[in-house]
Amino acid sequence: MTVLGELSLWLALLLAAWGTFVGALGARSRNPDLLASARRAPYALLLVISVASLCLLVALLRHDFNVQYVYQYSSRNLPTPYLISAFYGGQAGSLLFWALVLCAFSAAAQWLTPRRYNHLMPYVAAVTSMVTLFFVVVSLFAANPFERLQFTPPDGAGLNPQLQNPGMVFHPPLLFFGYVGITIPFAFAVAALLTNRLDTGWLHAIRKWTIVSWVFLSAGITLGMWWAYVELGWGGYWAWDPVENASLMPWLTMTAFLHSVMIQEKRGMLKKWNMILIMLSFVLCIFGTFITRSGIVSSVHSFAQSSVGDYFLVFLILLVAGLTALVWTRMPRLEAEAKLESMVSREATFLFNNLLLVGMAFTVLWGTMFPVVSEMFRGVRVTVGPPFFNQVNVPIGLALLALTGVGPLIAWRKASPANLKRQFVAPLATGGGAALVAALLGVRHAYALLTVALSAFVAATILQEFLKGTAARHRLHNENYAVALARLVARNRRRYGGYIVHAAVVIYFVAFIGDVYKTEREVTLKPGETASLRSPFGHEYTFTHVGISQYDQLNRFVFAASLEVSKSGRRDGVMTSEMRQYLDSMGQPTFQPSTEPAIRSGLLEDLYIVFAGSPEGTEEAVYRFTISPLVWWLWFGGVLLVVGGVVTLWPSSGPSRASVRRALEGYQTRMVDEEPMAGVR
Amino acid sequence: MQPRHKFVAGAVLITASVGYLMVSGVRDTGVYFVTPAELALRVSSDTSIHNVGIRMGARVVTGTIRRDVATQTVYFDVSDGSQTYPVVYRGLPPDTFDGDVDVVVEGRLAKDGVFHATSLLAKCGSRYEAQPTA
Repeated sequence: MTVLGELSLWLALLLAAWGTFVGALGARSRNPDLLASARRAPYALLLVISVASLCLLVALLRHDFNVQYVYQYSSRNLPTPYLISAFYGGQAGSLLFWALVLCAFSAAAQWLTPRRYNHLMPYVAAVTSMVTLFFVVVSLFAANPFERLQFTPPDGAGLNPQLQNPGMVFHPPLLFFGYVGITIPFAFAVAALLTNRLDTGWLHAIRKWTIVSWVFLSAGITLGMWWAYVELGWGGYWAWDPVENASLMPWLTMTAFLHSVMIQEKRGMLKKWNMILIMLSFVLCIFGTFITRSGIVSSVHSFAQSSVGDYFLVFLILLVAGLTALVWTRMPRLEAEAKLESMVSREATFLFNNLLLVGMAFTVLWGTMFPVVSEMFRGVRVTVGPPFFNQVNVPIGLALLALTGVGPLIAWRKASPANLKRQFVAPLATGGGAALVAALLGVRHAYALLTVALSAFVAATILQEFLKGTAARHRLHNENYAVALARLVARNRRRYGGYIVHAAVVIYFVAFIGDVYKTEREVTLKPGETASLRSPFGHEYTFTHVGISQYDQLNRFVFAASLEVSKSGRRDGVMTSEMRQYLDSMGQPTFQPSTEPAIRSGLLEDLYIVFAGSPEGTEEAVYRFTISPLVWWLWFGGVLLVVGGVVTLWPSSGPSRASVRRALEGYQTRMVDEEPMAGVR
Repeated sequence: MQPRHKFVAGAVLITASVGYLMVSGVRDTGVYFVTPAELALRVSSDTSIHNVGIRMGARVVTGTIRRDVATQTVYFDVSDGSQTYPVVYRGLPPDTFDGDVDVVVEGRLAKDGVFHATSLLAKCGSRYEAQPTA
């Protein structure tokens, strides 16, 4: 199997090199045979990389421990879903998985892109082939998943317990889809530069790809937070670890790109900026991978050090040099077609939003790389941690939240006082009112109050948009309100999908407020003893330690500590937190014991209990009780964000088939108030 | 003033604010990252080191871990091969904490040479990668 896998990788190497070379050559010489060949390269690559991936998967499922990768990341008693996730659980496999997703995306891009962009496609194929080439080279020469051992161990080393969690089955693929998805808009950008076709055509071609990758990236990051929360047992979901930062940086620049691209579509401005943003996003993806795999900054998540980092560094340097040269030579063609007319306009708001997002990405980069930077320039390693990131990013985040409310409502070009009054009086009042209510309820934390005010303000602007739109349809079309709302969203998917995503962002911020009020207590309890904890919402929880039970479960031995919980004097059930000792197939313990927190989620607050151990030979238990307010809203926000993304992406924003038929038959009529179908947004 | 100039002024303001946040953030929250040997070198030359926060990366010496469950305190030694420091940490150590594991402790070095940690991160080489087989 590994022979076939390795052979496929070599074949992929040749194909990727062919695709890169022929794509560039064919587009230059306009030789139709070469062009056709280049466009087929991504399909061929998808085929051979799929074969290679299948080989690794089969090796994992058949417990072929002679293969080093299989030995390192799986064992005979590993449940099947985790055997499959072991495919991307380790360095070598995750690189192959990356190549696989990349091939799938680039084949889909070739397949799905409408014919009118045919002039770009050979170059797009060349760029995606080039990136694939890099990953195949790394797979073959630095982290070969098909490497064999000189002997066959009876059992594998097993998968790390913390990766044995449903979150780990879905989180990495989603994040990879996001990372890899960015390659497609990036490839189009490079193709547009190379062909000098720098009108808005390429922007239309990538619109959906940009949103798809952004939604995957957002979902991947949120699922990562969820995994950290339910698995790592420290009661939080974000630690500003380099790996987390590595995924946040491209997310920030992509968010900036999503917005600034609208200005280019609408007003022909910001062409250079958009070019730089999409390239920056792609480079940050590769850079993020580099810092987590090279050991340059220490991270709790990092992979073992290997020569993989060197390959990434070389690729990064070549990439940055090449892109800089390319953009530089095309500068004159990227002049803006319009000028900024007023500070009080949507353009200006979007520009500030872009500056803040990119500024935030830069502070995250700065904080992550600070140990390296300070050692280079001052000779001492100074590190910054979560306090730095919070101190810097909370104000920037709040400014962005404010702009989230302003941006969509303010007029293009120049907002009139009437426009401002009509759009903002009610939301501003709502924001002020919400802050007042929060203050009266006892919120004293300045940032928390500000977040409440801004969240309410933004929520009110979104609600106002939905209400006004629905009311207008109700009036003009005599539709009842439910139909009017449904049609409003259906006819303007990009706009209202965007509002739903904004609403999700507001919900994230509301969830972040909860972090200010997190309450924690560590106690050791004998059976029958009781501890109590008061939540920020005024509930009095008491916990009575029942005892510890021990039993076998799947591939692990479990110590489970149970508590009787009561909330404000009323019995509220039993919660059980586990400490798991994973075993190999001989029944010997592997890895350190891991904790499995007991979590009870509620709309207001989560109860989070960690059983941290018990002194030898007793039934006493060490517990950490955490009350995390509003955490549940984070997961709800994540779901809503994906819903908003799907609404935006839902196909057929063009004229429906029926209306085309009517038009062809000469019956087409258009309501006076109906928005023109194309060109508006 | 032209809108363009106003925008530039706004952009400069934003950039300056972000820059200020970054500089002050590093000043307020930055901590020295040292190895035990580097720390020993500093202690001998500069006694004010006892007053500032330090992060120390080192390896836990096997067999020195002592857990006092009643007070939730962990006592252990860390070393980088040339210098060893005793560490006291009150709180629950992470799952991956064990003998011969790389840790990062953050806290202060007391005058008596004991490192009082307020945070303890265990970096486990096998977090994602299996230990190389001996």
